[in-house]
Amino acid sequence: MITIYIRLFAAHRDIVGRPEVTVQTDPGATVGAVWEHLVAEYPPLGRYTGRLLYAVNQQFAEPDAILRDGDEVAIIPPVSGGVDWHGSDPNVSV
Amino acid sequence: MQGIEPFVITEAPLDPAPLVAYVQTPGDGAVVTFAGVARNHFGGRPTAFLSYEAYTEMATPVLAQIAEEARARWPIGRVAVHHRIGTLEIGETAVLVVVAAPHRQEAFQAAAYIMDRIKEIAPIWKKEHWADGAAEWRE
Repeated sequence: MITIYIRLFAAHRDIVGRPEVTVQTDPGATVGAVWEHLVAEYPPLGRYTGRLLYAVNQQFAEPDAILRDGDEVAIIPPVSGGVDWHGSDPNVSV
Repeated sequence: MQGIEPFVITEAPLDPAPLVAYVQTPGDGAVVTFAGVARNHFGGRPTAFLSYEAYTEMATPVLAQIAEEARARWPIGRVAVHHRIGTLEIGETAVLVVVAAPHRQEAFQAAAYIMDRIKEIAPIWKKEHWADGAAEWRE
């Protein structure tokens, strides 16, 4: 098993009641799988599926990114206001 | 200017003057300052105050990344972005985006782009505290 440290913010922190959650998961687990695990435990999070950004160790990451022991996964809910979230690309190349 | 960090997340009140002084170099004919300010209404509903939260360890480098995105699109000079977190009263400045460039068009365009990208990807969240006592995260 590997240990993953999850950071939660804003409405997610309110839903879960804590800013950090630690999970044990199988080697090879993805960022998306960690999110599904959270949603199963805290169903009100489910309405954010598809409206999120993810980061691993402070770098934007895709849902299929594979996690390593000790990684910090940040779940990034929609940020503050006004911009259409869908279609934005956090990894847009410069 | 000594001691100015160009990209900062802070609980302290924001002051544009040191940032304007920091970005300005002799080759720049334009300095654009955008200030995002806590407003007393949203969607017709009165707001009492705002609070902001950030994933600071990540938000600070993301601000620098966004400035580099702008630099790849327009010939601009120095950029500074300071974002406040914590509780903000109405009228207080939540964010400052300051851009220098040789010419004004690039400075205006880059400042607008940087602000739009902050609202798209910077891990910073705003909570609206309504005058009636309710509160909700803007998302």
